[in-house]
Amino acid sequence: MSISRADIEKVAVLARIKVDGEQVSALEKDLGNILDLVDQLSAADTDSVEPMAHPLDAVQRLRPDVVTETNQREAFQSIAPATEDGLYLVPKVIE
Amino acid sequence: MQWDIVIGLEIHVQLATKTKIFSGSSTAFGAEPNTQANAVDLAMPGTLPVPNEQAFRYAVMFGLATNAEIGRRSMFERKNYFYPDLPKGYQTTQLAQPIVGPGHVDIDLADGSTKRVRIHHAHLEEDAGKSLHEDYHGMSGIDLNRAGTPLIEVVTEPDMNTAEEAVAFAKKLHSLVTSLGICDGDMSQGSMRFDVNISLKPKGSETLGTRTETKNLNSFRFMEQAIAHEVERQMDILEDGGTITQETRLYNGDRDESRSMRSKEEANDYRYFPCPDLLPVEIDDAFIEDARARLPELPDARKARFKEQYGLNDYDAGVLSGDARLAAFFEETLEHGKDAKLAANWIQGEFSARLNAEEKSVAESPISGAQLGALVTRIADNTVSSAGAKKVFEALWSGENDNVDAIIDAKGLKQVSDTGALESMVDEVLAGMPDQVAQYQSEDDPKKRKKMLGGFMGPLMKASKGQGNPKLFNEILVRKLAG
Repeated sequence: MSISRADIEKVAVLARIKVDGEQVSALEKDLGNILDLVDQLSAADTDSVEPMAHPLDAVQRLRPDVVTETNQREAFQSIAPATEDGLYLVPKVIE
Repeated sequence: MQWDIVIGLEIHVQLATKTKIFSGSSTAFGAEPNTQANAVDLAMPGTLPVPNEQAFRYAVMFGLATNAEIGRRSMFERKNYFYPDLPKGYQTTQLAQPIVGPGHVDIDLADGSTKRVRIHHAHLEEDAGKSLHEDYHGMSGIDLNRAGTPLIEVVTEPDMNTAEEAVAFAKKLHSLVTSLGICDGDMSQGSMRFDVNISLKPKGSETLGTRTETKNLNSFRFMEQAIAHEVERQMDILEDGGTITQETRLYNGDRDESRSMRSKEEANDYRYFPCPDLLPVEIDDAFIEDARARLPELPDARKARFKEQYGLNDYDAGVLSGDARLAAFFEETLEHGKDAKLAANWIQGEFSARLNAEEKSVAESPISGAQLGALVTRIADNTVSSAGAKKVFEALWSGENDNVDAIIDAKGLKQVSDTGALESMVDEVLAGMPDQVAQYQSEDDPKKRKKMLGGFMGPLMKASKGQGNPKLFNEILVRKLAG
């Protein structure tokens, strides 16, 4: 299975990763190889196998609705690049 | 050309849990920014989500109340998109196996008919944070307190054909979730948000047209306007021979304008996949039966009971049963003032008008049901006239005094209902108005007579310093004037 340059460029945009022309060629080859490897799985007959939601054969434990977290804003914001008035600041996002 | 309008809704309902869907952070509204956003909510490396049992309980209660199948085994997917108010870079949501399967809700329409709207499914997911676009040195501010608040997203089938039906469904859903107590229903704070899918097709055609989605409508009025606006926009395009582009649109209620949200469309490749951090959730019979046992009286049952128990008409019963808090207020009023029709009129009239004027919810009312009930009692037993009762209501509302009887005494609003005293006042007034009496007595038209009675009421109210019982005055007048 191969992956096209257009696919790579689209995924890069969606993931907000900047990829230049040369890198796209290299990724085309590398990702193609990985997909070929994974593709070998399709040789297995899975007609009678139910799709798996999770590799562990277990069910999710639920948590009671009780507040357990305390305010640690100061600690979290000490590692943020920019904050003001308790807000995290990010490059302008407006539609 | 005649067109059929096809409308489907997606409704985000914020669940009234104490904590977030995947962490023990508080969801209380109005906290300082980011004081309720902790390691899991901020997507710190190494953290793992643990689902909130109450969110599942509320979702199951919703499913039971909408006649739906409950997803006994549900799972979570990741919906990937990039936005700074979503720290993980994906929203944890449900796609393949939602907690609530197909169900339905019946809506009452203005013409007295009932329509069934099918619900495709409802799923659990997390809310995002809030972006504040005021200028922070050319940057945006992010508050993640809301990030991770549990939501159920309710997705209907395209079963509605008018704005009226869509709004009726939205109101019914609001009534249901507030009655269930699973959502505070406060739309101004975004507790319920509506996305409307609209398409047109030639009248009678079987094939659906291309639809658009208008997102994030947070009031019933805006929803109605947005539908009218979008229907007209699509009709103009189609009648000019154009085609509709499938897109997401934003509606600006203040300007009655909408525009395309193109950026959202470009990124509309969510690359869903099962969330490896969460195992499938299994809901057993005991959990479902426990949720069923917690179901309170629902709006339809309450409406029927209000008609039966209090003799209300269909309209009054519908209004008073629709909102859980208004219904509770009505019943509290009735505990203290037995006249149901009078209580219903006061709640729908003066009380609702004042709430609307001051943009208050029932919970924020400065007067209690017990106080209004006490007032209703005094109106019913003729202690105060309706004009006097309005003055008592004002005094209660402004907090001038909290006791109905004390207000009536202090303001001298007690009606004189002593017939002896009233009769002598009538005699006195009639003696002073011989011309009008003669005119009345020579009039044969009962309608004109009735009107002429009003001419005596003014002087009578003056003679009684406004305290005469108007109803009794009226009776005595008619009797005396008849000779």
